[in-house]
Amino acid sequence: MPQVYLDHNATTPLDPRVREAMLPWLGERHGNPSSIHRAGQAARNAVEEAREQVAALIGGRPPEVVFTASGTEANNTVVADAVERARGPAGSAGGHLVISAMEHPSVRRSAERAERAGLAVTRVPPGADGVVPAAAMIDALRPDTRLACLMLANNEVGTLQPVAEVAAECRRRGIPLLCDAVQAVGKVPVDVARLGVDFLVLGAHKFGGPLGAAALWLRDGVEIEGLLAGGSQERRRRAGTENVPAIVGLGAAAALARAEVGAPREEGDGGGPGERGGPGDRRGPGERGRAGEGDGSGERGGPGEGGGPGGGGVRPLRLAALRDRFEAGLAAAVPGAVVHCRTAPRLPNTSHVALDGVEGEALLIRLDLAGFAVSTGSACSSGTVEPSQTLLAMGLSAEEALSSIRVSFGIANRPAEVDLFLGALGREAAALRRLTGAALACRG
Amino acid sequence: MSGELAAPLRGPGVPEMSGERTAPPAGLVAVAMSGGLDSSVAAWLLAGAGRPVVGLSMLLWDQSARARHGRCCGALDLGDARRVAQQAGIPHYTLRLDREFRQQVVDPFVADYLAGRTPSPCVRCNTWIKFDLLLERARRLGAERLATGHYARILDGPEGPELHTALDAAKDQSYFLFELGGEQLAASLFPLGAMTKCEVRALARQAGLAVAEKGESMEVCFVEGGVREFVEAQAGGAGLPAAVVDSGGKALGSGQPYYRYTVGQRRGLGIAAPRPLYVLAIEPEANRVVVGEERELLAAGLLGERLHWIGPEPAGGAGGAIEATVRIRSRHPGVAARIWPRAARGAGSGAAGATGGVAAVSVVGAASAARAIAGAGATSAARPGGPREVEVEFAEPQRGVTPGQAAVFYRGSRVLGGCWIRDRLDARPVRRPAAASGRAAER
Repeated sequence: MPQVYLDHNATTPLDPRVREAMLPWLGERHGNPSSIHRAGQAARNAVEEAREQVAALIGGRPPEVVFTASGTEANNTVVADAVERARGPAGSAGGHLVISAMEHPSVRRSAERAERAGLAVTRVPPGADGVVPAAAMIDALRPDTRLACLMLANNEVGTLQPVAEVAAECRRRGIPLLCDAVQAVGKVPVDVARLGVDFLVLGAHKFGGPLGAAALWLRDGVEIEGLLAGGSQERRRRAGTENVPAIVGLGAAAALARAEVGAPREEGDGGGPGERGGPGDRRGPGERGRAGEGDGSGERGGPGEGGGPGGGGVRPLRLAALRDRFEAGLAAAVPGAVVHCRTAPRLPNTSHVALDGVEGEALLIRLDLAGFAVSTGSACSSGTVEPSQTLLAMGLSAEEALSSIRVSFGIANRPAEVDLFLGALGREAAALRRLTGAALACRG
Repeated sequence: MSGELAAPLRGPGVPEMSGERTAPPAGLVAVAMSGGLDSSVAAWLLAGAGRPVVGLSMLLWDQSARARHGRCCGALDLGDARRVAQQAGIPHYTLRLDREFRQQVVDPFVADYLAGRTPSPCVRCNTWIKFDLLLERARRLGAERLATGHYARILDGPEGPELHTALDAAKDQSYFLFELGGEQLAASLFPLGAMTKCEVRALARQAGLAVAEKGESMEVCFVEGGVREFVEAQAGGAGLPAAVVDSGGKALGSGQPYYRYTVGQRRGLGIAAPRPLYVLAIEPEANRVVVGEERELLAAGLLGERLHWIGPEPAGGAGGAIEATVRIRSRHPGVAARIWPRAARGAGSGAAGATGGVAAVSVVGAASAARAIAGAGATSAARPGGPREVEVEFAEPQRGVTPGQAAVFYRGSRVLGGCWIRDRLDARPVRRPAAASGRAAER
């Protein structure tokens, strides 16, 4: 059965152009980048080219980029390093961490480890709009805060977080900030200078690259101790032979994203984090315009940023058009459906929908059987569904959290697929509501 | 992938699915997949029959910390189910039912032991989990039928679907299904009911299924190690040693805590006696275990509770008794018996045991709207095990009438229904007029 894939926040299909770039490294070309011979040199050159491509995408410099196997690994590396630095001579750690309550599990679980090591952790909840208030993050900072963690875009509801505003205050206080940008990179413009963060994490498979390659960007001058003991790869920051084919794929995906999402702006910070100071200014003008039409929240969509050629691209525009088409047709397809966080600044590709009286897990399976792949939120390792921590943190009940689905579009989706999906969603949700209603009546 | 492998399934030597009713459903069939051999072959057969099939596995007992094989709920078995589904070319999903499983199966299992009974958790799992919650979940996914790998048959009868024994008597599992109702049977399929275990394994090998060489899971699936240790761990500690007495009440010594014994048990009593001693009864209130000689194990009948008939109650013969063959444990060959249903003593007293009590609580819980979203069963309305009790008189005295086990009533290959054993009846039950008239009054 042909499957319409609408779960791009989980992973994206490999972009055929990325695949082309990788194929030589899965075939005739091989070599360990640390080897002295010419095969090794070629592999080294390929890895360094990818490093340049990744750095260019986010406005960093190549030596600041460390390749890892996953975004999870990169996040763990940064938090674990903060814990190590907080250790006293006796071995137990002191100090403090601030994270948002809607961070990815790789940050939340790392913070739990930090807690066990002796650090205090403050978890700042998002508002009902799915955005963590910058003031609340800032209020949580303490003199002994070792690290603050705020994601750029939430993986479940897609809201953009006020990273630049929080980072500015962190810099004033000398507190490093880790920004998990895995869901943002490749969908909206991301610029490390504009964000002002110290660590930024991105992953290839969220924007057309392969699984198994991610990058940790660290501000020049910041040093970390790697998680793994081993060779001196990645300037001693990440031991282990580089995954050359995957890294080449990450580089290729970064180059495509730079062209299609928009490169970091050249003109510096003027007018950037101005009145919003937050993530709204991370959005390209094209996407901003579309989103403004779609969700009627034009307030943040002011044209202040200007529409420089580097500021936006075809990709966010296209993603937002798909999402807006979906959200415009949603009310007619499923009466009573509500889009979460619709008025907040958010990713152009993500729509998180509450369907009152519809069990999300059953709906997901019915849609899958009908040929449509969506998600109920973050996937669980056992393949079963738990209430989304993010939605609970936003103040929703477990019941509301369990009657939600996440639709995340990709650049290969077509408007016709959106229409087909709306039809299927309407049919399956109605069937489920009938069955659930009958069950309730039966139970009396 | 399945093209050439599927061909032998339609060839000679492979039985038709004669265990099922004649009109095969056209709609979606959900097949419960444990990752074991039997349910895997059931899924494979259904997929090969060309009907739309979806595989469903249940996460019943979180053992993720220790991935294990060969138990129906181990993490590795869920992986096997997923692989078999892919081989069969059907979609597969895992549903989390661990909270419900604990509530409906594990907690009553522990409560039964603590009440001096020897429980039969597989019956409860079929009644409350597979053919209630899972069936309801399957229906929400659009399925019309739920298929399982049980060795039993569903045949169309004049009064609706009938439950019958498997053709392979050695593998028959109809005992564990006695609490199903006609509505559940009408929605169920048992593709293996007319096959032998040997044929099933041969099919799995032919098809190249990854589980073809898997062994049987005979133990209680959620218990690792000893049942008694599990009960103690769940109950939060060990009990005091029980007094061991003979049937005259004479103290013979002290043994282990009472719940560590089972009626009929001979080994491990730790009492020196001229002749072998057997456990005759367990008395939790007195923390006492009554032992005696083998002949004292023989019971003339049993007192049952939560009587259940799959179809309409069979008509009684002379004196109001229903004639049937009764099996008093899963591997019991069966004995001819006469059955006298009667109203329970007082309101709900028939379900007042620990098992019944837990069951009643969970029915109340299922009524909440939150559970509806979370997927509580909707077939709860037709719960088996009403408040009726039953006296069963054996044609021949039987040993090992064990409280907590099911007594299942057969007529030929057909399962009529059954009850849960509350006690043995030593003397021949008096044919009280009240028994017969009570039944008549209810009809």
